[in-house]
Amino acid sequence: MIRMLIPFGVFLALVIMLVVGLGTAEERKVVASPLIDKPVPAFELPGLYEPEVIRSSSQFIGQPWILNIWGSWCWACRVEHPFVEQLGREAGVPLVGFNWKDERVDALEWLERYGDAWTTHVVDFEGRSAIDLGVYGAPETFLIDHEGIVRHKHIGPIDQTIYNDLMRRIMALRSEAEA
Amino acid sequence: MIPELGQISLILALILAILLATVPMIGAWKNDERLMAMAPSLVIGHFVFALMAYLVLTVAFINHDFTVTYVAMNSNLLLPLAYRLSAVWGGHEGSLLLWILMLAGWMMAVLMFSRALPKVYRTRVLSVMGMVSIGFLLFTLLTSNPFDRILPGPPDGQDLNPLLQDPGMIFHPPLLYMGYVGFAVAFGFAIAGLLGGKVERDWVRWSRPWTLIAWAFLTAGITLGSWWAYYELGWGGWWFWDPVENASFIPWLIGTALIHSQAVTEKRGAFPAWTVLLAIAAFSMSLLGTFLVRSGVLTSVHAFANDPERGLFILAFMTVVTGGALLLYALRAPRIMAGEGFDFISRETALMLNNLFFAVSAGMVLLGTLYPLVSDFMGWAQVSVGPPYFSAMFILLMTPIVMLIPLGPMSRWKKDDMGRIVKPLVASFIASIVLGVVISGFMIDAWSLRAITGWIGGLWLIFGTASYVRTALRGRRRGLPRHQIGMIMAHAGIGVFVIGVAMVSSSTLQRDVRVEPGQTVEIEGYRFQLNEIASVKGSNWIADEARFTVFRGDRELYDMNPQKRRYHRGGQIMTQVALRPGFTRDLYIAMGSRLDDATNAWSIRIHIKPFVRWIWGGALLLALGGVVSASDRRYWRERRAEASKPAQPPVPGTGEEVPA
Repeated sequence: MIRMLIPFGVFLALVIMLVVGLGTAEERKVVASPLIDKPVPAFELPGLYEPEVIRSSSQFIGQPWILNIWGSWCWACRVEHPFVEQLGREAGVPLVGFNWKDERVDALEWLERYGDAWTTHVVDFEGRSAIDLGVYGAPETFLIDHEGIVRHKHIGPIDQTIYNDLMRRIMALRSEAEA
Repeated sequence: MIPELGQISLILALILAILLATVPMIGAWKNDERLMAMAPSLVIGHFVFALMAYLVLTVAFINHDFTVTYVAMNSNLLLPLAYRLSAVWGGHEGSLLLWILMLAGWMMAVLMFSRALPKVYRTRVLSVMGMVSIGFLLFTLLTSNPFDRILPGPPDGQDLNPLLQDPGMIFHPPLLYMGYVGFAVAFGFAIAGLLGGKVERDWVRWSRPWTLIAWAFLTAGITLGSWWAYYELGWGGWWFWDPVENASFIPWLIGTALIHSQAVTEKRGAFPAWTVLLAIAAFSMSLLGTFLVRSGVLTSVHAFANDPERGLFILAFMTVVTGGALLLYALRAPRIMAGEGFDFISRETALMLNNLFFAVSAGMVLLGTLYPLVSDFMGWAQVSVGPPYFSAMFILLMTPIVMLIPLGPMSRWKKDDMGRIVKPLVASFIASIVLGVVISGFMIDAWSLRAITGWIGGLWLIFGTASYVRTALRGRRRGLPRHQIGMIMAHAGIGVFVIGVAMVSSSTLQRDVRVEPGQTVEIEGYRFQLNEIASVKGSNWIADEARFTVFRGDRELYDMNPQKRRYHRGGQIMTQVALRPGFTRDLYIAMGSRLDDATNAWSIRIHIKPFVRWIWGGALLLALGGVVSASDRRYWRERRAEASKPAQPPVPGTGEEVPA
């Protein structure tokens, strides 16, 4: 009888894990990306304001840049928005918005309401380039150096601590690029 | 027709499902004929109302009724009729409705084709399936009503995701759901068996054809999904280990174990507990897949609109269904009959190994899929598990399976001798090694371990299965029975599949090039000449089309016209690849972006994919094998004999019968 309860026990453990997982789905942030220290996967994506202009990942080579994944549907992106704005003002490197699985109309309205702090935006409606980038969930922030190598990735909203950490890393990348 | 009719139909179907789950069940318990006699009419009514609800939603799509939120979200005035019909299941709410309709359909099928089953037993099966249906109907009505209205309705709807506007996508979800839901039949049979207090060979035999058909649908659905991803996603891959793909693959692996385990239990009475557990697990994993896809607990490329509340509901539902089933199992399993013993070298052992490997594989895929959750739960450093984990693990677990498959059918029940099993296979073994090395050496320029082992493994499966055909045909005047033919097709199909996978992964060619009209690109003896870039128009998109002519030597082969489409609504851009399928290789062209307006230069990606068709060809052979096996007369004929003489023991295994 006890032995026969083993499958039930295993299943119960699975359910408990899933319940906890459901509760913490938003909190799972820091996942080491397999892309770290590898070239940023090439993308060619339309712009947000000007869909006819295609931007490619290669055009940023030569300076460090930040890639920030966001969508108007993502509440956590609103949470981090003040810090993204601050990044845009103070980082001194291009801050590229990666508009993910969004409707263009919604995205534009969102930017109008909350302010557009990014240097430019690319749109990935189908989420294909996002797969190459290993996007885990919005928001996500990638730091890419002047040679196009991904150096750091943060999953989840940026808060004060994360912001300080990101700024420190960006400064290091900038001095590396100048050297 | 007004959408509220659909809503009412769903509520009526729910009421009938509740009645079906209770009244005939009580009848079966008290052995009350009158209560049990209600089951057939309840099943029919349940089906009729589920169908009504489905048709109402379909009509709303046909008539562009944008006051229905779901229609407005998934269709618009420009969408062609075929896609409006398939848009019914293009989103979360409608796909649930399709699921419900299919479950009702499977119940109808059980009702119609299981007349010969003992009445108590059949009633229990239908009642259990009614319980499952309650869960899905409640889920739809409470959290995901497809008939919700927006008043006043918008003048036009949003677009159906352009990725889904494709013939492959019309059939992929229904096939997949037929498989998922089909496992509910095997589940119903297992639970009904447990409720009856005994697990007998009888119910295993009755449930075998149903399991086979469900498994065949699932196989076909996964294959179609993979094929669709290959030509539609525009990057030439055929499997991505995405959580949603895994969600369909885990039930498939368990289902594969189940159909083999059922064979042993039916023929020899061995592993009855395993068979019950696998039947419960196969359906539970289908439910888990639904949970993973729709709850937002994992991020996936093709997740539906995520909603934790829905997630919680499915989780609760799954807890009731699976938890209840497993508790019942714990209560009743000690009473399960014990099978006859067997020697280490016997067909039982072969099938036990099969079960072991497939169950472990399913566990590994599940673990990999849930790894972000597991590591979070355990407080480990978070690492995302990617395709490398799955590939490595799969090669590890599948290699023994590939090696052992030809041995399985050759072995005898109960007791066998290794020498006897291996002897007829020696020639196939040698032939597959020699030919494998020769062919891969001839095909591939660079020495590739993967290609060579792939060819050897694939040929071993095909030749080994052929030797089995020869052995089985010896001394037989008539041809082989269908369940053996099905097994042969399936096993050979794996061989074809293995060759395809090995060739694609070892020697795919890919070039990204810049091309202007008038220029030519040469790869592997093929010349791709870009004639012009044209503008073309579809009903809801416009596109730039690159017109290529492909030459081999001086011979003109064909025209290939990849497109870059822009959909009117939302302005989404889609890459429509141009494909030239071939028996031994595919040519594949996808457009990148316009590099220079003046010269009209584009970045173009060209792939040459060797043997990629073999992947789906092999998988289709598997699915067909399942159908052929299920159509064997012995399942349907013996059942009738069984009804009149229920106590008749099955004929002892003679060593010639084969698990299908």
